[in-house]
Amino acid sequence: MEECPNLSYVQTLAAGDTDFEQRFIQIIKEEFPDEATLYLSHIRHDEPRAAAEIVHKLKHKFNILSMEKAYAFAVEYEEQLQIGDMKHDLDFRKILDTITRYLKTI
Amino acid sequence: MNCIIIDDETAARAIVSQLCTQVPDLDVIEEFDNAIDAIKFLNQQNIDVVFLDIHMPGFTGVDFVQTLKNPPKIVLTTSDTNFAIEAYEYEAIVDYLVKPITMERFEKSVQKIKNTTVRPASKTGEATSDTGEDLYINIDRRLIKLKMNEIQLIEAKGDYIEVKTDTESYRVHNTLKKIKEKLPEKTFLQIHRSYIINFTKIIDIEDNSVLIEKNVVPISRSNRPELMRRLNLL
Repeated sequence: MEECPNLSYVQTLAAGDTDFEQRFIQIIKEEFPDEATLYLSHIRHDEPRAAAEIVHKLKHKFNILSMEKAYAFAVEYEEQLQIGDMKHDLDFRKILDTITRYLKTI
Repeated sequence: MNCIIIDDETAARAIVSQLCTQVPDLDVIEEFDNAIDAIKFLNQQNIDVVFLDIHMPGFTGVDFVQTLKNPPKIVLTTSDTNFAIEAYEYEAIVDYLVKPITMERFEKSVQKIKNTTVRPASKTGEATSDTGEDLYINIDRRLIKLKMNEIQLIEAKGDYIEVKTDTESYRVHNTLKKIKEKLPEKTFLQIHRSYIINFTKIIDIEDNSVLIEKNVVPISRSNRPELMRRLNLL
């Protein structure tokens, strides 16, 4: 079953501070698409190590959105990319798509 | 306590900043998206705590820790759990927070900061051996590591200094006075208002000058007695 992103970590962190919550969501909405685009570009140009650097950043977003399984997957994928192995790209893209869809709803 | 946050990701900085707002007596003075700007800031400001991301492009958190001579207390923030053991090799690092950082864990970290005393790093002049020490110089936002024992001399040139090593020459926007504070007194000596020399690189000395490699460096009258005192004269 596909893991669903959510804002429970962000809300706990905000502790009722709605200004922070909104500001933070805005930051994620701005950073995530840029990082996802950069990831795709590195894969397209056959640059696995550069892609690994972006996966490192993206996996932090998975954590923020309480996606533990996606995070665990990204940890392994980052290591694979470091040694030039890009075979889990499609699985990783599915996670990116899930988050992209989710960010449009918040 | 005042603190700064260093992380290349805006979201990560926002999280630590938000956590800080929920802790009494912890003020975020500045945030940086790279370690080099933070080092410049720390050269001018006294800060109690640095929340530092390890994994940053170019100049990493580890490079940052190694660069600071008298670092404040440092709390590492990272997604990588496998750096923890290495982190505690540095005395300035008082805690290690794995992202995503929870409030509960952050509060424990703040307690740890308050309860930890970081011993100041020993002054360079007191080092028994200076040969292993490094000096970082800032050129075009890059920090270049120089080995102390490879520096031959430093010359003041207006608003700049020229650092001559065994292999290269670097022009740095700095003053002789400032760099002198960073150099081991045991090895380096100012022999003229425009020159600091590496004492171990002297080839010979004439009345009013020393020869270092191919450089003839003048000795000022006021600095001459100290130079003569330091020479192992027969």
